[in-house]
Amino acid sequence: MNYNVIVEVTLREGIADPEGATIERALPALGFSGIRRVHAGKSFRFEVEASDEATALELANALGGRLLSNPVIENAVARLAANG
Amino acid sequence: MARIAIVIFPGSNCEYDAAAGMALLGGETEFVWHSDRDLSDFDAVILPGGFAHGDYLRPGALARFSPIMESLAAFAEAGGPVLGICNGFQVLTEAGLLPGALQKNRGLTFLSHDTTLMVASTRSVLTSGAERGQELVVPINHFSGAYTCDDDTYASLLEHDQVILRYRDNPNGSRGDIAGVCDVRGNVVGLMPHPERALSTLTGSADGRVLLESFLAACRVTH
Repeated sequence: MNYNVIVEVTLREGIADPEGATIERALPALGFSGIRRVHAGKSFRFEVEASDEATALELANALGGRLLSNPVIENAVARLAANG
Repeated sequence: MARIAIVIFPGSNCEYDAAAGMALLGGETEFVWHSDRDLSDFDAVILPGGFAHGDYLRPGALARFSPIMESLAAFAEAGGPVLGICNGFQVLTEAGLLPGALQKNRGLTFLSHDTTLMVASTRSVLTSGAERGQELVVPINHFSGAYTCDDDTYASLLEHDQVILRYRDNPNGSRGDIAGVCDVRGNVVGLMPHPERALSTLTGSADGRVLLESFLAACRVTH
């Protein structure tokens, strides 16, 4: 069975986020108001062939922790996306 | 004569600077491709600057899985001198051979200019010939050079005297103004500035000499 998986990589709490801060500073000039606490991160989408959902997520989380993120500064969380 | 391996990843671009620098100071270098595994002929290893594997994902993230890295870890474990310059520093942190991580610069701009460094510790293979507090003018050339680590790691760095170089005027948002660190034993070192580009007053500064001369001296001692 193939599962569509999304891994989101975000900076750990307390790690400086210059991209998020820069985006937030630019918002008023673009006419956006009421938006706060902007965080920038990365998203990866791929297919996993596995026997069940739990196994697919386990594999995706392992990939997230070993390659897609640097655990020193980032968290990686896998979730299932809608199939198709 | 000390034999130094300079590891080339796809995207490395400072290998000739490093080779020319070491040759100027009396070291013999040889380029080693990242998919090789044999470091047994060498007294020291340099990971040069550049954009290993295009810096895709994160600087150093893919280089960490190159075949040479297993041999490099064993070489470092055995006490061999290892120097990561700029991208090489990023590779060493991703590989877990040095603590911390290098993040995008605070101002989100690529920085290419001279910086003044202060020698914070002389117990590493890169700083043994310098004096604590000595100021060195050495250029930087990077986008992801902001040294980052959590509180526990920072405390541990200070406790074990692992911060070897600090910026006088922190250009990139590095925690504690850190420009370079070493491992606990002092034989693995990494720094964002380029000492191999500061070897002659003709091109600006010769302050990188004391660093690379220290590294060369360490090659001769340990092997």
